[in-house]
Amino acid sequence: MSSKNVQALINAFFIVVCFLIAVPFLLVIAISVSSEESLYEYGYQFIPKEWSLEAYRIVFQKPDPLIKGYGVTILITVVGTVVSLFMTALMAYPISRRDFRYNRPVTFYVFFTMLFNGGLIPFYILMTQYLHLKNSLAALIIPAVMNPFNIMIMKGFLDKISMEIIESAKIDGAREFRIFFRIILPLSTPVLATLGLFIAFGYWNEWFNALLFIDNDKYIPLQLLLVRILSQAEFLANSPMAEVSDKLRFAQFPTLTVRMAMAIVASGPMLLVFPFFQKYFVKGLTVGSLKG
Amino acid sequence: MAEAKPAAPRVVPKTAPVRGRRSFNQWIRNEFRLFRKNKELVILSLPGILFKFVISYLPMVGLILAFKNFRYDQGLFGSAWVGFRNFEFLFKAQDAFRIIRNTLLYNFTYIITGTLVALLFALLLNELTGKLMKIYQTTMFLPFFLSMVLVGYIGNAFLDFENGYLNEVLGYFGLEPHNWYLETKPWLFILPLVALWKGVGFSTLVYYAGITGISSDYYEAAKLDGANRVQMMLRITIPLLKPLIIILFILGLGNIFRGDFGLHYFIPNNVGPNFPTTDIIDTYVYRALTKLGDINSGAAVGFLQSVVGLVTVVTANYIVRRVDRDSALF
Repeated sequence: MSSKNVQALINAFFIVVCFLIAVPFLLVIAISVSSEESLYEYGYQFIPKEWSLEAYRIVFQKPDPLIKGYGVTILITVVGTVVSLFMTALMAYPISRRDFRYNRPVTFYVFFTMLFNGGLIPFYILMTQYLHLKNSLAALIIPAVMNPFNIMIMKGFLDKISMEIIESAKIDGAREFRIFFRIILPLSTPVLATLGLFIAFGYWNEWFNALLFIDNDKYIPLQLLLVRILSQAEFLANSPMAEVSDKLRFAQFPTLTVRMAMAIVASGPMLLVFPFFQKYFVKGLTVGSLKG
Repeated sequence: MAEAKPAAPRVVPKTAPVRGRRSFNQWIRNEFRLFRKNKELVILSLPGILFKFVISYLPMVGLILAFKNFRYDQGLFGSAWVGFRNFEFLFKAQDAFRIIRNTLLYNFTYIITGTLVALLFALLLNELTGKLMKIYQTTMFLPFFLSMVLVGYIGNAFLDFENGYLNEVLGYFGLEPHNWYLETKPWLFILPLVALWKGVGFSTLVYYAGITGISSDYYEAAKLDGANRVQMMLRITIPLLKPLIIILFILGLGNIFRGDFGLHYFIPNNVGPNFPTTDIIDTYVYRALTKLGDINSGAAVGFLQSVVGLVTVVTANYIVRRVDRDSALF
């Protein structure tokens, strides 16, 4: 086979693969723009039998929980990313300094938590019984603030900053705080940007801590909102009272199309933003693979 | 203790205590001087150290819960010690065997399929040039950035009993519809498929980055010797990737006791009838915490997961060190 044919064959292979990977999204989108009646009649279809934007109209007509969800999610994403970046840099800088006397014990102290942890139940009891963080925004932010993996990437980057810069700043009389804020942080903007993106995506998609720590209606981030909608609908569908509750379901909970429209509206922005940032993620990956 | 060895002081030379004290003082003074020299860096690292202490190290104390009968009103330290009673269910109830088996087998499947498929994709991507390749990469990477919650929605669109797409396809071929969420067998295929769908873009990228890191000198030399692309792939790319493959594989094995909670919680939708083939340690512990009101067995399993997890990671790292020193985590 000539090399051109091989290329065409591989291209065809990847087109099929990409199609299969993308298809599930298309189904969700298609459901959200179908009419409710056509779904009950024909089931879910990739090409709607009857088009309708009714679901989106309903979502935007009563947007309160969605707006609240966006508010909470944006808040924890912004605050979490800033705090997390700062703490990550603050921790990574001393352990990147080879002349720091306590370098090794502190490094071990930080990375040991990657290998061993108390597990879910002790963590839950700490957060709720001792720190009293149940139903607070802090419970959504704090657990992810210091990820050892991010510290490792940051340290790998800082390792490459030449000692001479730091030495000359010291000779000029700068103290470590000044060096950190005036030299290290500005020099680290590339890695901070990449890590910031990783961290921001993490907070945006955060559902685990919300599932654990949020059970009132005040601080529900988008992802938890989606969890609740899905589990309520499933609960009703699978309960022995399904027949009886059918009316209830239509009265109180989003229907099939609205559910999917909700999912699209909640995650749409991320999906639109994603392709623009993808190349930074790739860069971050290669930064991470260069182990410090 | 002092009476036990009455002869000991006689052996030690008379000057020893004095010299010992002086060198001890010297040592203290020296350490203090060094500490002052490092003081500012210590202060910089202090917030992080304290934070880690509270968030990561304090919960380790909570591991003692595995040996206690926890009651919220008595607290962590007030609750009564019960020895190994919390572990008894491991040998009695079939739950314990089930969740450990599921965790291990699923993780093993994810590692094998993920490695093989990602490797194949990366090798094929490497044969391509130009813009299309970027588009493939982006598309394959997309699911990685979806939250598991949304993936649960997508799964629901396919698996729903009444409207799901899968049942429609079955109906089209005249087959009986399945109530997927209430069955056990299909999950053995559905879960690995979803895991692959979500993770393959990321792993492909890792291997692809590994391939692009290989020096082009090898390929040019091979070309001069008249090697074709398949030969180059088999004789240069794969052998040079071998350390990376082995390391990722072993590290995966090291984490084999840590399950993917989101995958096993949102995709099977936390429905009891499918637990025999979907329940893993992580989902079990979560339910023990939130639903069953049986924190104790959850704490026991969690204890095992943490301790055995540490042993497997350290063992895996030891093996990696033997294979390739530079690639070891620590």
